[in-house]
Amino acid sequence: MTRKSKPGVSRRSTLALMGAAAVTFATPWVARAQAKTIKVGMPTILSGRVAQLGTSSRNAVTIEVEKINAAGGLAGRQIEMVIRDSKGQPQEAARVARELVNTDGCELLIDAEASSGAFAVHEVARDLGVFCIHTNSETSSLTADPKQHIPNAFRTARQGVHDSIVGGGYAAAIAKAKGLKKWATCSPDYAYGRDTTAEFIYYLKQFAPDVEIISDAWPKLFQPDYTEVVTKILQAKPQAMYSALWGGDLTSYIDQANIYALFSQMEVFAVNMADYTALTVVKNLPKGIHSGNRYIKTYPATAENAAWADAYKAKFNEYPTNWSWENATAMMLLAEASRKANSADGKKIADAMRGLTIKSPFGADGTVTMRAEDQTLIGYAIGWGTTIPNEPYVPEVKSGDWKQILALEAEWKKSKGYT
Amino acid sequence: MDLNALTGCLASSACLVTQSTSGFIIGMLLFLVAVGLTLIFGVLKVVNFSHGAFYMFGAYFAMTAYQFTGSFALAMLCGAAGTAILGLVFERVFMSRVYGSDVLMQLLVCYAFVLIFDDVVRWIWGPEFKSMGMPAAFQVPPLFIAGGVVPPYYLLLIGVALAVAAILGLGLASTRIGKVIRAAAHNPGMVSALGINTGLIYGSVFALGGMLAGLAGALAAPVRSLTPGMGFSVLIESFIVTVIGGMGSILGALIGALLIGLIRSFGSLGFPLFTDGLMYLFMVIVLVARPTGLFGKEVA
Repeated sequence: MTRKSKPGVSRRSTLALMGAAAVTFATPWVARAQAKTIKVGMPTILSGRVAQLGTSSRNAVTIEVEKINAAGGLAGRQIEMVIRDSKGQPQEAARVARELVNTDGCELLIDAEASSGAFAVHEVARDLGVFCIHTNSETSSLTADPKQHIPNAFRTARQGVHDSIVGGGYAAAIAKAKGLKKWATCSPDYAYGRDTTAEFIYYLKQFAPDVEIISDAWPKLFQPDYTEVVTKILQAKPQAMYSALWGGDLTSYIDQANIYALFSQMEVFAVNMADYTALTVVKNLPKGIHSGNRYIKTYPATAENAAWADAYKAKFNEYPTNWSWENATAMMLLAEASRKANSADGKKIADAMRGLTIKSPFGADGTVTMRAEDQTLIGYAIGWGTTIPNEPYVPEVKSGDWKQILALEAEWKKSKGYT
Repeated sequence: MDLNALTGCLASSACLVTQSTSGFIIGMLLFLVAVGLTLIFGVLKVVNFSHGAFYMFGAYFAMTAYQFTGSFALAMLCGAAGTAILGLVFERVFMSRVYGSDVLMQLLVCYAFVLIFDDVVRWIWGPEFKSMGMPAAFQVPPLFIAGGVVPPYYLLLIGVALAVAAILGLGLASTRIGKVIRAAAHNPGMVSALGINTGLIYGSVFALGGMLAGLAGALAAPVRSLTPGMGFSVLIESFIVTVIGGMGSILGALIGALLIGLIRSFGSLGFPLFTDGLMYLFMVIVLVARPTGLFGKEVA
């Protein structure tokens, strides 16, 4: 028998094997580059009491991503969303955000957290330098405080101080017209409730100096029974009341205050009333509660806004929320900035996004702007009105004047030492 | 601290009536939950950590029944009966297996079911909060008694809770079933030796406890938002009530619940930022002065 080849592995075979191995191991990288997808990470709250808002954020992003991908994606790269539940816990939000970038390979972040989590994700964005848009945190200092400023982080959420300026002015006009001098407040006892109430009262007194706060109640967040809070306010006999309660807390409060006929004894200003999450849940909504616009399909009263809300309802069988429009805006800005930069690179998108104005169904004049100086959204539709128990829920909204908002915001920033 | 508001209120009959009824309302709902807890502990010697879930189920059952039938009475009945059946099944299938185990095991089983029940509610009714709405019959202006404001619905609530307290108290003290239950609590071995089915008694007591919590949930449903996990905060306050009143004592649960209600109601005027603190402070004082609670009995 003649041996045709030497035993063992020849040099040629070794080289061939190494080549094949190299090709095999390199394939995923090559495939990834060729797939042209870009992963966008999104920590949000998908469980617990705020889950409804987190889900509505995810829904809004899903709608916009479908549109962006259908139009060619971000500079030709299809978006792949990686959405994770933070359970509303700041430390979990930070961990998830870090994991999304480091492990999942997300190149951009949509931070759909409430304020507590947003500040935690902000620090992750600072540390990793990843492009990030905060979509839900309304705490003004997140972008107003220069110590918080980083070039790679933006915000598309409404801002507490903007709401307070418009709400304070609106309430003061009614206070003057109806002679409402004695006021009470009832807000949840945590940072958001305290800050928002203080800012509202500050501007209310600026516009109507006669106003006096004669009683304040601070129920715990998620408190089940408000009876003692309701009766305390009734005892003080105020002419008007402001509340920053929201969601299930607000609906509980309304149900419990209703049977004491509280709403017929005073004017009530509840900044978070005009959101479908609360409006559609309360069975016996009293007439005439004043509220800021969170999200309603009739304000701004444009065909674009109504069409956007209807498309959302058709897909998810419920109306969008305040968090929905804020997240949709983030995706719209992202798409436009990427188109302008002709790139999906976070740094180039950030450069293009500063000062960018886009057409938007949620704009006060049909556009919204990402202000360059503090990288936060301005020009969105903002107003107050009175609620009715059925659709359209807030038939008339008195719009805030952005010139006035910006002037007073600048003063506020100065008073805080931010500028 | 706002002592002027508190003394001003004590001097005004209108304020006294409003705040006292407010205290009664808070207290009576707490009583209904706490009395079930204390009853189960008194007879079964189990601290039912999952008791808040029955309150939650009672509220959801009532809301669903109300949506389908529009009848408030049926809603209350469904809330109470549904949780009674749930309590019976839960006790027979799961809790009866851990009676002999240590407290830690019982606690773990109960806690597991707190999470499971919350997820079941989330799965059936969804994660978002719900509202049952006030029945039309109670959508009437509040009554004014001596200048104080009292909503008619809360009068019904107080009446139901007082009736439950009276029926339970008399039933346990005077009826044959009551005597058997008390005997089973004292010496289950002897009761069993006399040919009485202790398993049935345990199941019935657990069902009764669950039913009372469910009734509390059903009564609370028109005025509170319904969410998965809503039973937890009520459970904590119910524990405080049972600790103050004495574990196992029905009268203790009633007095403890009323005291907590009044502390919350008047405390919110005088100590608006320390109302919860007052509640815990009172519990600590009671525990130091009477470690078994106001009406608890020394363990022999």
